Amino acid sequence: MSWRLLTGLRAGDWAVALLGLAAIVILATQAPVLTGRVVIRQAGQVFMEGDVRLNQTIRVPGPLGVTVVEFRAGRVRVAADPSPRQICVRQGWLRAGEAAVCLPNRVSVEWGQLGYDSLGY
Amino acid sequence: MTASVIELIPSEADRHIAALAAVAVGLTLIETVVPLPLPGVKPGLANIVTLIVLWRWGWRAAVWVTLLRIVAGALALGTFLTPTFILSLSGGLASLLILALAIHLPRRWFGPVSLSLLAGFAHIAAQLGVANVWLMPQVSLMGLLPIFLGAAWLTGLANGLIVAFLINPKPLV
Repeated sequence: MSWRLLTGLRAGDWAVALLGLAAIVILATQAPVLTGRVVIRQAGQVFMEGDVRLNQTIRVPGPLGVTVVEFRAGRVRVAADPSPRQICVRQGWLRAGEAAVCLPNRVSVEWGQLGYDSLGY
Repeated sequence: MTASVIELIPSEADRHIAALAAVAVGLTLIETVVPLPLPGVKPGLANIVTLIVLWRWGWRAAVWVTLLRIVAGALALGTFLTPTFILSLSGGLASLLILALAIHLPRRWFGPVSLSLLAGFAHIAAQLGVANVWLMPQVSLMGLLPIFLGAAWLTGLANGLIVAFLINPKPLV
């Protein structure tokens, strides 16, 4: 390997390579974490545990009606809730470590990072 | 019924494209032997041939060489019309589309390394997109995008430097 090989890089090549690398680093820091268990609780009891990577829609029945929790593209949110002030719905997509609590319907969605239990690609 | 004879006379250009495609198929077969850490991450050595053809003989020749390499490589590996083949084809088509645009960049500033990097990004992004939408719609694969793009950056840079050296060789010591 010789550093002379790098003379094959023209000015624009440096720009493309560095911009590409910067874009990848930004994507990597913005990307949703690869593992993360989400725990949905109803009245304090665990209703469901799921992985953020699995796209699915969960309907959680509570005293006021049905709370809809949506998992999509590595993120999770409360898509619909019967509570009057809609606090947990307006919170939007959660980030890792966050929780949405729909108190009137007694539903909570917690995206806790419990770490790896296994990795298999 | 009279016997009909169909004679195909290959032109000089046809033979040329066939020979280059054969080199590309050879490189594809060689790199399947190399064990790699992640499925889907490959050096993509055959793209060296595509880029040299693109640089010297233009985009149409590059399309021919790429499509022949994908089909013949799949026939040789026994993956023709399997998901592997579809992924390979979608990556190849995406990188050809990007190259059709990128070849018009001024050569004074943008050399083979730019083309190689852009083609590599398009290749892996299209493959991951197809895998996400078609093969594994239940699972979000997009979190893996930075990892695959990072691999494409490394291989794109390496292949681009090899192409830059091959089309303009100079002493390395």
